[in-house]
Amino acid sequence: MGRFKFESVWAEFDTIMAGIGLTIALSVGAIVLGSVLAVTLVAVRSLAGRWAGYLVDAYVELMRNTPFLVQLFMIFFGLPLIGIRMSGDVAALVAMTLNLGAYASEIIRAGVDSIHRSQLEAGASLALTRWQVFTYVVLKPAFARVWPALSSQFVLMMLASSICSFIAVRELSGVAAIIEQNTFRSFEVYIVVTVIYLALALALKTGLLWLGRRLFPNTSGLARIEAKGSAV
Amino acid sequence: MPAVVIEDVHKSFGQNEVLKGVSLSVEPGQVVAIIGRSGSGKSTLLRCINGLEVIQSGRIEVAGHTMTEDPKALRDLRKDVGIVFQSYNLFPHLNVVENIILAPKLAKGVSDGEARERARAVLAQVGLSEKIDAYPDNLSGGQQQRVAIARSLAMQPKVMLFDEVTSALDPELTGEVLNVMENLAKGGMTMLLVTHEMSFARNVADVTVFMHQGKIWEQGASEELFASPKTPELQAFLRSGVH
Amino acid sequence: MGSFGFPEFMFIIRAAGWTLLLTAVAFLIGGLLGGALAIMRLSSNRIVRSIASGYILVIQSIPVLMVLFMSYYGLSLFGIELPAFFAASLSLSIYVSAYLAEIWRGCIESVPFQQWEASSSLALTRGQQYRYVILPQAIRIALPPTVGFLVQLVKNTSIVSVVGFVELSRAGALVNQATFLPFQVFSVVAAIYFVICFPLSRLSRHLEKVMNAGRSH
Repeated sequence: MGRFKFESVWAEFDTIMAGIGLTIALSVGAIVLGSVLAVTLVAVRSLAGRWAGYLVDAYVELMRNTPFLVQLFMIFFGLPLIGIRMSGDVAALVAMTLNLGAYASEIIRAGVDSIHRSQLEAGASLALTRWQVFTYVVLKPAFARVWPALSSQFVLMMLASSICSFIAVRELSGVAAIIEQNTFRSFEVYIVVTVIYLALALALKTGLLWLGRRLFPNTSGLARIEAKGSAV
Repeated sequence: MPAVVIEDVHKSFGQNEVLKGVSLSVEPGQVVAIIGRSGSGKSTLLRCINGLEVIQSGRIEVAGHTMTEDPKALRDLRKDVGIVFQSYNLFPHLNVVENIILAPKLAKGVSDGEARERARAVLAQVGLSEKIDAYPDNLSGGQQQRVAIARSLAMQPKVMLFDEVTSALDPELTGEVLNVMENLAKGGMTMLLVTHEMSFARNVADVTVFMHQGKIWEQGASEELFASPKTPELQAFLRSGVH
Repeated sequence: MGSFGFPEFMFIIRAAGWTLLLTAVAFLIGGLLGGALAIMRLSSNRIVRSIASGYILVIQSIPVLMVLFMSYYGLSLFGIELPAFFAASLSLSIYVSAYLAEIWRGCIESVPFQQWEASSSLALTRGQQYRYVILPQAIRIALPPTVGFLVQLVKNTSIVSVVGFVELSRAGALVNQATFLPFQVFSVVAAIYFVICFPLSRLSRHLEKVMNAGRSH
């Protein structure tokens, strides 16, 4: 084990911590904003007209059938040309939000579709408005059902944040590249960063599981919609 | 030499003891009906006989084989014991003849030609010769169940087990399956059947066994058992018509 | 600032060819490895099971970028310097193997347990059960998610550009550097990915509908 020099990696501890911080910040930001976007998209599909629905479908299909890297490039390199200047970090957050929003909207929509018609009829006959029915009778149980699939997608997005290093964002992978350039200890750097990602993924998975239990108690009776290998 | 010997068998699922010391002996050619309420342990007992359930204590001997957990010995035992399930469990990706010849060829090394001969014979026996190339999802429940019986018969078993084989069928389809079973019985097959069809048990089975709370509560010649049940539990069961 | 003309376009198209080749190789090798892992995952031997699930858990919990770096730098530790294409294929195969193993294991497990009971009651060995009864049914169930995963693979080939391999995304980045026309360049790149991925996505959804319709019970 003598050939390995992990000391040079530990020396950059602060840099690594900063990288972890940015990865977490980007992920949490994308999860929150992406969820808002997703719910908006689902609401538009359910409540707005046919053409709005087609637009949403087109957006979702576009995001799901092109790589995240290309979306990132488009936002980071393309938007400045129409006057929207942004730093790499902001571009990263925007790209992650737009991407996650599309995937999450599909997952939540599956949950919404699985709510039985009779629930909607019950809501309507209790004189709730369409909006109220949507929020209380449909959205909350839908969320509960798809929470496992949604959690998987969130974790995948956190891992995909590594791609933002391609535009020199200093999240964990970007930081790893910098340390590698400075120390030439490629293997040591990347194995440390890999282990950190592993820990982050497991922590996020566990945290989301706990959150799901707190937000949606009494869901053991509801059918759970399993994640079907969706990704970025 | 009995065909089936069950001696002081105990079986638990976790903390729940389902069979509490069951003993039973079946002679070759006998037809034994097992009746009782759900939860009495009757299906579990049947499934212990071909090793689908593992017993905690006691002894089981079927068709000359001693029940064991050793996979190879268990396979040898299963070559001589056929079972028909409530949900037929045909292989959906294979047609009727393929369903029937699969096990004789693979497990007993029968040649393809001979296996197909056997298939034709058992299909004739269950009255479905014309369905030889059909796929299971094009058959009615009663037809699927008869194919399932044919599939087991093609292995030329010494003992046949029937686990509530008509319970999942529409009432008008049970007759065709019960007829097949009655013919099998007349042909001298050793049969154990868990059933809710009381008239079938009374008329076709030589012996009826009434199970209650994991034990054999009462057993005897069918006609006599149905005509004069001795224990209050059996009397209540027969009266209730909850079958 | 250059212009985005025919030569640049052909450069991108050629790179798309590499993307497809990478996808095919990674899918084949990763598929073989994934199949073996799926069966290992279902083994009755606890050690075999743990190795497989450990491998799958790790690969699924780290970015594809790290799988790439780990295999790339891991190999160079042993003094093996692979050309970029082979290093990229190897890393992608590892990534594919873990995800396909998990998908296929789920499909095998979704074959009803009664099929296991019926086939074991007919005295078939475990191997015979897999080969003649369980796997034929599992494969049918596995088609939609496998095709769906193929779409993910095509998109994830974009990551190998980090080791300098010129596949479709990197070609786009290079042309952009030369021309400073990001909207045009990346629209073309996105369109090519879309043309490859969208039909596969539709196929996957179609297969799923066909499969659900086929369930009569």
